[in-house]
Order: sequence, then C-alpha cells, then structure tokens
Amino acid sequence: MTALPARLTLSRDDRPILIAACFIVAILIAGTAYTWQRFGSAPLLSPNYLLQQLQIGAFLGIVAAGMMLVILISQIDLSIPWTLTAAAMMATAVGGAWAIPVGLAVGLAVGVINGLGVAYLRVPSMIFTLGVNAVMRGLMVAHTGGYAPQTAATGLMRNLASGHSFGVPNALFVWLAVSLVVVVILQRMALGRYIYAIGNKEAAAYLAGVDTRGVTVICFALCGLTAGIAGVLLAGYSQKAYQGMGDPYLLPSIAAVVIGGTHILGGRGRYLGTLIGVILIVLLNSVLSIMEMPEAGRQVIYGGVIILMLLVYGRGERVTS
Amino acid sequence: MADNLAIRLRQNFAFLTALALFGVIYALYQVAHPKGFSSAVLVQNGNEVFTLAMVAMAQTVPVLMAGLDLSVGALMTMVDCFASYLLSGAAEGTPLALDVAGLHLALGTLPGGIAGIGLGTVICLVIGALAGLLNGAIVVYGRIQPIIATLATGAIYIGIALFLRPQPGGKIDDDLNWAMTNSLGDFASTVHIFNDGAAPWFAPFAWIPTPFVLLVLIALLVWVPFRRSVTGRTVYAIGSAEGAAYMSGLDINRAKIAAFTLGGFFAACGGLFLAIQTSSGNADIPQAGAYTLNSIASVVIGGTSLLGGTGGAIGSIFGALILRMISFFFRIFDIAPLLQPLFEGIILLAAVSIGALRVLRVRNTLELFR
Repeated sequence: MTALPARLTLSRDDRPILIAACFIVAILIAGTAYTWQRFGSAPLLSPNYLLQQLQIGAFLGIVAAGMMLVILISQIDLSIPWTLTAAAMMATAVGGAWAIPVGLAVGLAVGVINGLGVAYLRVPSMIFTLGVNAVMRGLMVAHTGGYAPQTAATGLMRNLASGHSFGVPNALFVWLAVSLVVVVILQRMALGRYIYAIGNKEAAAYLAGVDTRGVTVICFALCGLTAGIAGVLLAGYSQKAYQGMGDPYLLPSIAAVVIGGTHILGGRGRYLGTLIGVILIVLLNSVLSIMEMPEAGRQVIYGGVIILMLLVYGRGERVTS
Repeated sequence: MADNLAIRLRQNFAFLTALALFGVIYALYQVAHPKGFSSAVLVQNGNEVFTLAMVAMAQTVPVLMAGLDLSVGALMTMVDCFASYLLSGAAEGTPLALDVAGLHLALGTLPGGIAGIGLGTVICLVIGALAGLLNGAIVVYGRIQPIIATLATGAIYIGIALFLRPQPGGKIDDDLNWAMTNSLGDFASTVHIFNDGAAPWFAPFAWIPTPFVLLVLIALLVWVPFRRSVTGRTVYAIGSAEGAAYMSGLDINRAKIAAFTLGGFFAACGGLFLAIQTSSGNADIPQAGAYTLNSIASVVIGGTSLLGGTGGAIGSIFGALILRMISFFFRIFDIAPLLQPLFEGIILLAAVSIGALRVLRVRNTLELFR
C-alpha cells in the first residue's frame, strides 16, 4: 500500500481491487436476497458454505497465482489445461510417496520448457504454449490409450484436497502457502521488481542489467509449478485424474487475474487483486448455481460481468501519438 | 523491377514458405493416397478444411492489427446453432419464436423453399457480422484489450449458442447439404443450372469441390477488396505502429471496428458451412475452444505475425490446410490413432519454432525485444 496522501485517493492499482471487492459484497447481498425470498434461508452467509466454496476456489486460485506472474511480464500461458492434467495423471500413475513430487516435477518441467521457448527462441508465448499444450495432450493420450486412467489418487493427495484441519479445508492452506510465496516474490524480492520492469518495457529492463530471459524462464516455471500443484490437488479432490480436467481453468484464471486489476499487457497489478478476482468468479458461479441458472445463462452473465468490470476500471488509454 | 520483385519476395517470405510447404506435402499426400488426385478425395479434404479455413481468416484480421480474437470459435458455434434453425428449408416455412423466461415471443415465419434458405443464409451472416461489430465496439469505445474483451464476448456467444441448442439437433435442407459439400457438378445438378451440370462446356470444371470454390470466392470477393481499401491498409498500419497510423490521420476506430466485423463475417461463413456439413447445430464448448486455438495456429503457420502488420488471410487458408493435412496423413499411413495428437502437437511446435531462426541473425540483443 502506498502512503496515503492527505486527501483520500486510491492508487491506480488499488481502485480495481476495491471495486471488485464491492462487487463481491453485491453478489453476496443479491444471492442472499434470492435465497431468503425463495427458501427462507441464507446459506451464502454461513461460514461453512463459504469455506466450502473457497475450497473449490482454491484450485482456480492456485492456477491464477501462477498465471498472474506470467501475465505480469506481458506473456500468457495457454498450456495450463494439459500441464494440469499431465501432472495429475502422472501423480496418480506413479502413486505412493512419490506421487506428489512427480506431479509437481511434471508441472515444473513443462513450465521450464515454456520459458525456454519464449525467452530464448523468442516464439510468442501465445503460440508456443499452445504448441506445448498440444504436445502434452498428445503425450497423455498416448500414455492413457485414450481412456480415463484407472489409477487413483493417493491418500495424502486426497487429504490435502478434501481433508480439514482445525475446521478449515486443507486446500485453503495450500492456496495460502502459494499466495504467500507469490506475495513475497512480488513485494519483497528483487525478482518481483524485475518482473514488473519486464512487463513495462523488456528492452529497458534488459538495458538496466536485468537478466530478462532468466526471469522469463522463472515466471513460466512457477506458472507450470502452480498448474502442477492444482493438478495434484484436483486429482485428490476427485479421487482420480481424467481427460479434460484442466480445461475449465484456463480462461477463468486469465479472467480472475484481469478482473483483479492486473493489466493484460503486463507490468501492473497487485496479488490481492487476483485473490479478489478468484473469489468473485467462484462466488458468482455458486450464486448462479443456487439460482439454478442453466449453463447458457451462466456463460452470458459470466461474459457480461467481465466486460462490465473492465468498463468500470480496466479501460486503456487512447492512442494519440 | 527486379528490386521490386525482391522486396515483394522478402515481404511475403513466410507466406511463400507456407505455400511451398503445403504444395510439397499435399502432393505427397495425393501420391500416397490410393485414390489420389480424384474428385472424391478433394471433396473430402475441402469439407474438412473449410470451417477451419474460415475461422483462421476471421482470426487473421484482428491479428494483423496486433490484437487477438478469442471469440472466433464461439462466434462460429453460435452461427452454427442459428443456421440449424434458419436453414431447415421446410416447404411450409419455419415459424420462429423466442421462448425466454416463460414468455413466448413470435417472430413471424421464415418462408419455405429457396427464398427461405437465401434469407436464412443472409440472417446468419448478418448475425455473425453484428457479433463481430460488438467485439469491435467494445474494443474501440470500451478501450478494453482485444484479447480480454473477446474472451468475455466469447462466453456470451457460447451462452447464446447453448440457449439455442442445449442438445445437438436441428436440421438443414438436404439439397443444400448435398449441393454445398460435393463437387461443382453435383452443385449444378442440384440447383438445376447449366443443363443440370451436363452442359459440355461445364464438364472440365465439374470435378472441382464446391467448398474450394467458395473459399476462393470469399477470398477474392471479400478479402482482396478489403485489403486494398484504405480501411484495410489502415488495419496493417495499426499493426505496424498504432501511434504513427494515428498521426498520419488514418481513421483508426473505423478500421478496428471494420476488422472485427469482417472477422465476424468470416467466422459466420465457417459456422454456416459447419451447420450445412453436419446438418445440425451443436453448441459444443470444447469444439469451439479447439477452433479458436487452431485458428491462431493456422494464422501463425500461414505467415502472419502475431505482432501484427504483416501477413494476410490467404496465408491463413494455407495454414489451416497444412494443419488439417496432418490428420489426412494419419488416415492413409495407418499410424496408430493414439499417436495422432502427439504428432500434431510436435509438428505444430516445430512449425512455430522455425520462426526462432531469426534469433540467430540478430546482431544486437536489443533487436529481440520488439
């Protein structure tokens, strides 16, 4: 938080976060009004229900944390779906004590490959990660023979994903840990400064002596790692890995990062915003499912909300020179 | 003159590479195919490639101005679902109504027969163009980055598609399906022109697949005039340097809106053909996503830079052809189908990494950061 001037003004990065937070409150109020009128109860305000929603949101939140690092350096990672799935499938295939390390290693390895391709081959990330996604899909199809894998998640994976400690879902602790790491990187480490610098102008960062390629590789590696963590957790949550388990996480993770005020072209944005963005999307989804909204209406509302939020605070500057 | 040619060659190097690559692998394919160089094989290839080629053209226009349209697959799917209602060709006409939130709004009746099909086609194309216009308006007046604006509108279009077709279904006129997805000879005999396709002068053309003819017509009648217009050149200028284009007095807003509208029109052509080909409408979300991603790949393979300013929609057609060709090869060489996605991925990755060769040529590392 920057020092507040005498007049209470919000910095450019904080305004989106505040508005998004207000929107979350609005969703909660609207959803509660609906349930109160229809069922005479207010499940949205019960801590248990909220914790349960946050547990589901943890998977998206972990993916979004990695995605944010990549978006901050004005790149994008489209390989999330099959990185996540590959990590989950490999983890369940290996099983035993090595399940989780193997899952994370798969994610990390894919991330490093993405980073090397983008940083050293200078292929636009949009297309390189797309290619890597296709390769991972091919590898997994060849590995599973096109069928759902028969292997099950290990006990530890299940416990991490759906167990509780002190009444709080374990998945939330994992999300918290990932969040802490990202916040420390962005706020307290030179690496964070480099990330923002590259996002603003890579050439300038390079001239200032930043190893921009190294930082790019690190960001992609961390993004792959978070996808691996999410994959391992998701496999634990649903007891097994399955085809297409990563598909619902790509676009929502980008949306969560952007709704949270991170600029899609990089260089600007706070991690708190991404957290708020994830919570907003998860709550919106759960309110819509309470309302028994059909999938069609959900998609329309989902798209409408993203546009509305960005119209309020995500508008770019006019090009005039 | 020679200089001029050299410059043109250099400017179109990526496109010419794609063209040569396509020529070589397509010739290989036809030679290896047991029924190679026959009309039937061409027709099959044309049908399989048309929709992706149109979606790739749709993607090209925003990419030329350094934007990206993540809604092309969704837009295509939405038009596909509209077409499954509007092109049924029922003789007694098709009553149209909107059931929303318990209300039943009658929208009149679409006439039957040829008039109805013609009107339905026009409505579908207009819907696509309007959706593209919406994308453009949000990007220009909302000043939201294209990639994120179209991510959101894509969700909206898929929502509308799901509303129209919660389950796959609908029907397309059988004659229309037959006429559009076969050779020109079948087209002529279905619509009863050129003496039912038996006219002597028509015989040399009768083998040509209709989808290829449609592709060429759309490219020549829509894309080429657009590219040569001031608006089209403005699109290229925006991709090269938006600020410079603005300072040169070009109407940037109009060009951006026109580019997205044209993209919507192209995607609508693709959706229309997909509906005609499959004779139904299907709001398939994974399929829409796959089309969007494959369109980006086709654009890049076809020689258009994702940074904007160079390339063109014709190249993207060949990009789509090359991408689809991979699966053609799998059919004739009898490779285990399970390996197909892996090969597709590796070839895609290799194709886009070829562009990395320029890294070896830079003399100053700063040149990399553009």
